[in-house]
This record gives sequence, structure tokens and C-alpha cells, in this order.
Amino acid sequence: MPFPRLASIVLSIALASLIAAAGCAPGGSAGEALRRGTRITLTGSSTVAPLMSEIGKRFERRHPGVRVDVQTGGSSRGVADVRDGLAEIGMISRDLAADEADLHAFVIARDGVCVILHAENPVASLTNEQVAGIYTGRIDDWSDVGGPDAPVTVVNKAEGRSTLEVFTAYFAIDPREIRADIVIGDNEQGIKTIAGNRHAIGYVSIGAAEYGREHGVPIKLLPIDGVEASVRRVADGTFPLSRRLHLVTASPPRGLVQELIDFAQSLEVHDVVEELSFVPTP
Amino acid sequence: MWWRNCRLFRLRSATRDRMLIGTSRALACVSALVVVLIVAFLIGESAPALARVGPVRFFTDESWHPTADASAGSFGLVPTLVGTLLTSAGAIALAGGLGILSAAFTRFYAPRRLAGWYALMVELMAGVPSVVYGLWGLMVLVPLIAAVRPPGASLLAGIVVLALMILPTVALLADAAFAAVPRDCVTAAAALGLTRGASVFRVVVPAARSGLFTAVVLASARALGETMAVLMVCGNVVRIPRGVFDPVRTLTATIALEMGYARGDHRAALFVCGLVLLAAVTILVATAHAAGRGRPHGTT
Repeated sequence: MPFPRLASIVLSIALASLIAAAGCAPGGSAGEALRRGTRITLTGSSTVAPLMSEIGKRFERRHPGVRVDVQTGGSSRGVADVRDGLAEIGMISRDLAADEADLHAFVIARDGVCVILHAENPVASLTNEQVAGIYTGRIDDWSDVGGPDAPVTVVNKAEGRSTLEVFTAYFAIDPREIRADIVIGDNEQGIKTIAGNRHAIGYVSIGAAEYGREHGVPIKLLPIDGVEASVRRVADGTFPLSRRLHLVTASPPRGLVQELIDFAQSLEVHDVVEELSFVPTP
Repeated sequence: MWWRNCRLFRLRSATRDRMLIGTSRALACVSALVVVLIVAFLIGESAPALARVGPVRFFTDESWHPTADASAGSFGLVPTLVGTLLTSAGAIALAGGLGILSAAFTRFYAPRRLAGWYALMVELMAGVPSVVYGLWGLMVLVPLIAAVRPPGASLLAGIVVLALMILPTVALLADAAFAAVPRDCVTAAAALGLTRGASVFRVVVPAARSGLFTAVVLASARALGETMAVLMVCGNVVRIPRGVFDPVRTLTATIALEMGYARGDHRAALFVCGLVLLAAVTILVATAHAAGRGRPHGTT
């Protein structure tokens, strides 16, 4: 009986597409928020994005019906989108360039990076040239920099990580020339790797390193240019290997955009800032 | 029963059958559709990279520096593909033998009480989350290897951790394969005066061959796709290793390490990694399928 068979096939395909469609259906609330014009769009730096999406979630809870939409794409995209009116707020993980003076910038946090060694490594400090030498493979034994007679294990960050950008920019290293022995993802993995290898050198966010050391992880934070590596020195702006994280707008912020920027700079989000290993601005 | 009075169950059995067929067809369609959608999604997302970088450069570029755009960056996937294949192959070599021997032990050698406990341990091992294996590898295994040959995070560490993770898969499936061998084979072998060792390795293992093969294939697929533990112990340097003490990067580790920060061509290139991984698993499953058809269960 060909007809019932055909019917059952048609029925099954219909049912299948129904189930598939149900999985793809967009949430109603997003569309509603868009209609009422209460969506705030942020685009820009992938360093700032995780922070702003956490802050955005908290902001959404306080303002029911408001939706904070955070998209990444790099600091330059943040600047371009704000100028073109595609986003209300841009996220930038560097200081504004001279030709960006037309924008209104607000500092929300600082990001500091420090070089770390195992706590038992006798090396107390390294010059900038020595750090660059170690990372590019010109120095491959600790005895060359006053340490024990052992090969250096170079720990580097994966491509695209913001700490890698800060680090290579400061020490003037071409990322392609780095000769790494271990490549890591997040700060936590870096700290564990250094703690487990006495002859390793790595770099992580200062917030994460200080937190680890205070909780008994055997690592030490090296000073840079004679400035001790600490959250305090990043906060007061004296630590060289750091940068400010900004929000920018094209026109002076008003209304909800103003409220969100104020909220991102307020004491109420300091715990979020610290959780992501950034340093709150005083 | 209350449901006997429902309308569905008062229908003629032929109608009921048709509805059942329809429902199961629909569910089968959904499962198939999911795979098709995943493949379509991967191709769609990797299309910009395939168009701008070109499929050839993924195999000819020497290094992996994808953060610059398509023209300035380099997108060599060969070192990571080699890393994936080497870690998986090593783990299978280690866990395949161990798992099959461990299954033979529980089924034919161990006293019944011990076998029960042992099987429980293996099942427990299968339930340990991969990140726990990774943490153990990072805190215990890597420093141990570093004491012999720094840096410690290496192909060897990856192979050992992966082997531990897929060992229960092999052991449990191999045990099921042994269980499926007709009891008569074993008794006949004993009646012929074969030693236990000879009857296990000359009679049971050949008879269970296709089941054992399936066990190894499924475990390999798991090894190829494993991410977290491998990422934590392998060192993740994009370079073809010259020995087991050299660090390696796998395709899955590349995706996990870089996806959160990737944009533009870099992001699309990571989807190409996923596509290559999917292709590797497809080849594996297809090989297993072909081999399985050539040697039906129970024949030698």
C-alpha cells in the first residue's frame, strides 16, 4: 500500500522539521526589547568583552527589559562602529590614538602583565633584553642570566590572547620569533605550569599571579624596570607593563548609555573586575 | 492499566504500527538532520577562510600564525594534524593492548569476586571527567617527565593521559565482545585439551575480532576528539615533534585555546580545524565500516 507509506514519510519529515524549527526559534524577549529601543550594543576589544558581558548581565538584572549586547572584533572595530553609529559604546584595550580625540573615553579598569618564575628559581630579576633573549631563543640556559645550570622552559600564550599582545609589544618581540616550549591558554593554566616546573618562565595577568602567590602557589613575580609587580603598582599607573581598558562613545553619553558607563566604573562591579584578573581603577 | 483506555490503544493495531513507524522515522530524521546541520554549519563558518586563504595553504604553510589577515598570516595545519594523529595513535597502541588484556583477565582469569570489583573500578574510571585526568597529568605526570627531560609537557604526557582516558572504553567494549563469543567455543576448546591461555588467545580472541576492532575504533574516535586533558599536558607548541619528549599541539587544543579570542579569518581558520578533525573521524569510521563488512562477527 503505497499511499499510507508515503503519508508516513511526509508526516515524519514534517515532524522532524517541526522539532528542528523549535530548536532554532528566537527568544521573544530579545525582539521585544529591540522594538522598544532599549538595546545597548557594545563592540570592540576581545579583552574588554568578557568583562563588559558580565557587567552587562548585572546591569540587565537591575533594568528589566534592557538588553546589553556585547560583540567582539578588536579595538579598531569598536572605534569604527561607534563612529558609524552601529554601536552605542566601543570597547578599547589601549589608549586612544591622536586621531581618535573626537571620541569620549571612560577608563573602566587596568590590565597588567608580569613575568613569573618558580619560587625556588634563584634569579631575582631580568633585564628587558634578557627577557626578550629568552623568548626568542638567544638565551636558553639559566646559567646565562645568573641562575642554575639548567635549560629554560619558555611558556608562551596562545595566538590571539591579549596578554601576548601586551607582552610582545612591550618587549618589542615579533610573535613569530618566539621559541616556546609550552603554549598555554588562560592565566590559571600558566600559573599551574610554572608552579610545576622549576625552570620555567612565563607571563600572566598580575591579578591572577598575585592571587595565586597569596594562596601558596610557589611562583614569584619579577619586577620590570625596577618596579615591583603588584596590583597596587598597576592601579597607580607606575607599573610599565600595563594598559588601560576604555569604553568610548561618539557623543557625550546620555540616558541608559550614561547609566551603563557609570555602572561599569562604579564600586559595585569591582568584584567582577577582579574576578577576571583586571585591576579596578581608583 | 489506565492507558489501555486511551484512544491510541483502541486503534487498530495496523494504524498503531503506522504511527509508531512514523514517529521512529521522525526521530531518526532528527538525528540524521543534526549531523547534516553540523557539517553544513562547519562548512558555512569556514567558507571565508577557505575562500580567502585557499584550501591548499592550510597544508603548505609552514607555521600557524593566523591572527594577521589572510594574506599576511600563515595557516599551516600539518603540525597540528600530525600532533592529533600521533597522540591518538600512541594512546591507542597503549590502551588497545592493555584494555583487551584487562577484559580477558576479568572474563577468563580473575576469581569471580575480584572480577566484580575490578569491573566496577574500570566503570568508575570511565566516569572520571576529562579535566580531572588533565589536572592529574599537569600536577603529577608532567613534573615527573620534566625531571627526566624538560619541559615535561610533551607528546609522551599526552599519550599517557589519553591512554588512561580511553582504556575503560576499550576494556568495557572488549569485555562485551568476549561475552558475545558462544560459550560452546570455550567448552569445545577445553574439551580438546587446550590450556586456558591457548583457548583465550587462539579461540576467543579471533572469534571476538570484529567486536574488539569496534572497541578500538570507538576509543580512537574519542582520543581524536579529546580536548581538555590534552590541552593541559601536551605543551601546545605548533611544531612537528622530533621525539616523545617534544611538545605537540592537537587540532582540538587549537580550537579551545584560540576560539575565545579569534576574529575574522582567524576564527574561520579554527572552523577549518574542526572540518579537518571531522574528516579524520569520518575516514576512521568509514575504514572501520569497510573492515567490519569484510570480516563478519565470529568468522576468522
